[in-house]
Amino acid sequence: MNLEAVKSIYFFEMARTRRTLLQSVVSPVISTSLYFIVFGAAVGSRIQEIDGVSYGAFITPGLIMLTLLTQCIGNGSFGIYFPKFTGTIYEILSSPVSMTEIVLGYVGAAATKGLMIGTIILGTAALFVDLHIAHPLVMILFFVLTAITFSLFGFIIGIWAKDFEQLNLIPMLVIPPLVFLGGSFYSIDMLPPFWQAVSHFNPVLYLISGFRWSFFEIADVNPAVSFSIIVVFLAVLMGLLTWIFRTGYRLRN
Amino acid sequence: MAPIVSVSNLVKTYASGFQALKDVSLEIEEGEILALLGPNGAGKTTLISIICGIVNPTSGEVKVGGYDVVRDFRETRSIIGLVPQELTTDQFETVWNTVSFSRGLHGKKPDPAHIEKVLKDLSLYDKKDNMLRELSGGMKRRVLIAKALSHEPRILFLDEPTAGVDVNLRKDMWQVVEKLRATGVTIILTTHYIEEAEEIADRVGVINGGKILLIEQKTDLMKKLGRKELRVDLQEPISTIPETLSGYELTIEDEGHSLIYDYNTASERTGITTLLTALAEAGIRLKDISTRQSSLEDIFVELVGARA
Repeated sequence: MNLEAVKSIYFFEMARTRRTLLQSVVSPVISTSLYFIVFGAAVGSRIQEIDGVSYGAFITPGLIMLTLLTQCIGNGSFGIYFPKFTGTIYEILSSPVSMTEIVLGYVGAAATKGLMIGTIILGTAALFVDLHIAHPLVMILFFVLTAITFSLFGFIIGIWAKDFEQLNLIPMLVIPPLVFLGGSFYSIDMLPPFWQAVSHFNPVLYLISGFRWSFFEIADVNPAVSFSIIVVFLAVLMGLLTWIFRTGYRLRN
Repeated sequence: MAPIVSVSNLVKTYASGFQALKDVSLEIEEGEILALLGPNGAGKTTLISIICGIVNPTSGEVKVGGYDVVRDFRETRSIIGLVPQELTTDQFETVWNTVSFSRGLHGKKPDPAHIEKVLKDLSLYDKKDNMLRELSGGMKRRVLIAKALSHEPRILFLDEPTAGVDVNLRKDMWQVVEKLRATGVTIILTTHYIEEAEEIADRVGVINGGKILLIEQKTDLMKKLGRKELRVDLQEPISTIPETLSGYELTIEDEGHSLIYDYNTASERTGITTLLTALAEAGIRLKDISTRQSSLEDIFVELVGARA
């Protein structure tokens, strides 16, 4: 294992986060605060409690997931796409670094950044609403597993993307509807039966539901099912990645 | 001694169907400087990219230091430094960080003293805290060389190192190359500037159309293929070549003031003595005589032209 290389990639990526502190940390905090002000305080004060939880608190896990997913996919994809775009990827490819080490470095950094921002948002949420975390360990498990899974997803998008349009396609066009329709702002019980059934095909529903369960012990689906879905998604991504490494897909000619 | 790089029957066909390398075999000795000459699209960069691990070979085998470049990539890549042709840099990084990053990627522990030495050798030390985007093209080229030397490689690939580079940098670069050679580093450079090969290489390989046309010691090559030109300046101009000199391949230049005689240095009889005697017998009075060795460029043009 070339640990020096993993460290180098990881800290190189983290240094980029430091350089772009304003847009990478401050901007998600501001946008989340806006959600809390609009949905939590202004609109939320007129919405009744959901399963005994105030609306402001209810949307907190969904908001954290929204940011976590967007950030992890964004960072994971940009980290590997940018060297491809500038051409500096030559150096990674000609170094004594295995694909596993490349993934550890890039995905590790993307997940770390996602977790940092998620934690900041959790802290910001605590300023607006009264938060209790019923199962902190489960919460951390969902939090970390989601960060890793979606950073890996981002990494694969970064390898696949041939231009900036493709790079942004999934984070901009696919993820927001999945998150918004995945029960971030409502319990799917509130939907008509048909849309409830449709929602069960949305993988993000399971993430948010499981994560919310760790806070309030209320869930749209069984938390064990939620957990299994993340693990299955992670396994699928790992399989895809193994294929990418074996074939050199869009990395090595 | 076993060659440090050994390429056997290497073939590369890209997904587009373009065959960049057609059965290339080549051995590189430790400590030598090999120049690979060839026009654009000859296959130089593909060859280097396969040895360094950036491009997968279609078939054939490449060994570096006795290890297979695909199977034992850790061993092979850790002793190779690569300076790519394109000026690809992380625009927002500092010189120091990007060079240190390269060292780490190659699995070496941080060594600020070594990085400092590399930067000083390349006259980059006073720019160490500058961001790369603030540097000129020549400076960026230096940074790429510094990155390649950051992990103390035993083999250095310089892919068209002097494309768009000024005289100072070229001089600095050759100094660095000389120093590296003195420490036993093997250097492979590709170029289409023939003077570079002529100036610095021990051996010269000519590659075109995905094939190695020849690979020889530079001096042998110049001897073997080197034609010389004898130029005879005349006291009085002549308009035609006298009958008695028709056996020699002579051409008239400078409106009859000079006669040019082409001969091969490798042939047993150059014919110079008899030609000079014949000139005297024909009553032609000489003003001056000079000879010119054909350069690698002439050799190259001849070779690539003949086989194209």
